[in-house]
Amino acid sequence: MRDATPTSEQSGILAVLHDWVVTVDHKKLGIMYVVTGLVFLVIGGLEAFLMRLQLARPGLTLVPPDTFNRLFTVHGTTMVFLVGIPIVFGFANYLVPLMIGARDLAFPRLNAFGFWIFLFGGALLYFSFVGGDGLYGAGSAPAVGWFAYAPLSERAFTPGNATDYWNLSVLVTGFGTIATAINLIATIATMRAPGMTLGRMPVYVWTMLTVSAMTLLILPPLSAAQIMLLLDRFLGAHYFDTQAGGSAIIWQHFFWFFGHPEVYVLMVPGFGFVSEIIPVFSRKVIFGYATLVAATVSIGAVAMSTWAHHMFTVGMGGTLNSFFAASTMLVGVPTGVKIFNWLGTLYGGKLRFRTPLLFCCAFLFQFLCAGLTGIMLSVAPFDWQLSDSYFVVAHFHFVLFGGLLFTIFAALYYWFPKATGRMLSERLGRWHFWLLVVGFNLTFVTMHFPGLLGMPRRIYTYPADRGWDVLNLVTTLGVPLQALAVLIFIVNVVYSLRRGAPAGDNPWEAWTLEWATTSPPPAYNFAALPPITSRRPLWDVQHSDDPDGPHE
Amino acid sequence: MNSTASRGRAGVIGFIVAETSLFAVFVVAYLFYIGKSPTGPYPKDVLELPILGTICLLSSSVTVALATRALAAGRVARAGASLFVTVVLGVAFLASTAQEWHRLIAERGFTIGTNLFGTTFYPLVGLHASHVILGLVMLSLCVVFACSGALKAVHAERVELVSWYWHFVDGVWVVVFTVVYVVGR
Repeated sequence: MRDATPTSEQSGILAVLHDWVVTVDHKKLGIMYVVTGLVFLVIGGLEAFLMRLQLARPGLTLVPPDTFNRLFTVHGTTMVFLVGIPIVFGFANYLVPLMIGARDLAFPRLNAFGFWIFLFGGALLYFSFVGGDGLYGAGSAPAVGWFAYAPLSERAFTPGNATDYWNLSVLVTGFGTIATAINLIATIATMRAPGMTLGRMPVYVWTMLTVSAMTLLILPPLSAAQIMLLLDRFLGAHYFDTQAGGSAIIWQHFFWFFGHPEVYVLMVPGFGFVSEIIPVFSRKVIFGYATLVAATVSIGAVAMSTWAHHMFTVGMGGTLNSFFAASTMLVGVPTGVKIFNWLGTLYGGKLRFRTPLLFCCAFLFQFLCAGLTGIMLSVAPFDWQLSDSYFVVAHFHFVLFGGLLFTIFAALYYWFPKATGRMLSERLGRWHFWLLVVGFNLTFVTMHFPGLLGMPRRIYTYPADRGWDVLNLVTTLGVPLQALAVLIFIVNVVYSLRRGAPAGDNPWEAWTLEWATTSPPPAYNFAALPPITSRRPLWDVQHSDDPDGPHE
Repeated sequence: MNSTASRGRAGVIGFIVAETSLFAVFVVAYLFYIGKSPTGPYPKDVLELPILGTICLLSSSVTVALATRALAAGRVARAGASLFVTVVLGVAFLASTAQEWHRLIAERGFTIGTNLFGTTFYPLVGLHASHVILGLVMLSLCVVFACSGALKAVHAERVELVSWYWHFVDGVWVVVFTVVYVVGR
């Protein structure tokens, strides 16, 4: 593609920029996804920082109430749609073709479309700060919460255009995600290298196949609900208009039919990262490959029928409550299987405690805690007590921060050498890790307790006599530590890009195909592939006397 | 089967799954709101069975299948003719929908904002009609290529993918017809 474009007149930064803008290469698009996601992570993190400052002491007036509403709305939307999804699918962009020995994704141009429409959607959300005021003077930036419950988000209750920016932004990023999911499925289904049977695919590829299939089933319903909301707001339809007989609850069903499986769409690829990293740093094969794959697929299947556990407090009745409580607890079973897979891999291994493994170990502890509070909240009467409290906020931050983000950092340290040809600094990596672990747990372990004491989420301040003061102060004190950790990570990336130790093809002595090519890989990925006769083709190359094949 | 073709097939299957999921929510919303309109008009007052349009659309699935079969056998002219008939049948279906909407909107004053029935009826039928239009654009391109001589037997697999989409649009109509004109009336 590049040869066909006349770049002779341009040079230096313009040529590089041109190269990245017109690219359809899965590796470049993958890097662009991940970098954009990290930029939005910093923005979303700053929004959280502001909210925590406001809540540090009772009765502060640092952030006015309507601004506070906008902050938590945009923070949530950013973290799910502009951080979680692009980073997860960006890694898949980069890794899936390399791991299965393919030249690129099945539809490279569709892939580029997915990235640019995502970027447009992200810009649209943040443009609302400037343009959301519209002609109405009704306030900029959406303030309806990241799940925009209708009828609250209807024109009558939320005038102006801010909510429409939220709506269109999430709608178009959704189109990009659906396109990428189709692309990944087609790639995995039809472009595996000779010998790369389904049973030999890396666990990470299995996780991406599962979540791509889930994406096709859950994202279009969200798009549909958003189209309905647009019709209500602009054409005077009555989907969520209770005065015309519309339902006040059906939006919640539509949204959470997307919203809950979405948690797994984000989390399961994190399981994939861990399943690639732990074996390499334990110097063992993954323990129970088949059960791990089966657990992945069953999480995907069961997760489709758990959505209404977000709605125990709307009064669905005993039958539905019991069904959704049971299905939610059921997801804990395959998830528990995975924890044992990882522990079984670590057990008896020659552990190398490099930064990626450190992040994986913290993930194991924190994700276990997240799972346990999840089981607590799946008990409907318990949820009646704690729904919409800070206990819930702490729970899902344990999932998405303590779980997903830690695995993302593990993956960044693990695959950065492949993508750039240079190692990240271990010394800075350790500082990053320990500051983040301490800061995260200080903030989010503590956050459970004001929730248990009855502090509701989404309040911009609170009175001094509720016993929440010290707990909120401690929660806020963890934030600077986390910010410093992320700053150290950025320094590490910038420093290592220039001065990092050269990585070589396979710095971790790993076994999957992406390590068989150079770092960074050439545009065509592989000059020649090693023979694939087991799940660890590079192990077989290194140990031709005792290949894996007969043992699998 | 070469790998480009199998890639395309996997992609179109994925697309159709996502589209099914999109339609499912509009169908669920329609079913959920049947009989919940506090005011009229109600479906039984204004809807008539679109028999002729339905016959046209369903038979167009047959003609598009004939077209892909003819093209695979190398009979380009015959394929082009079948594709042309498919387009005509599709346009006839759209015309019947347009006539229905004109009657409802211009003569009865029944719009998306009238009541819950209007709210759920127009988006569901309209979403389907917009998919018919998209399919007609693709089929018309195939007809143009057949006339200009650009369409060859090697393109049989691509035309087949268009036909898959068209069959899907027809299948959705069977559901919409059942839900809106049979169950909902």
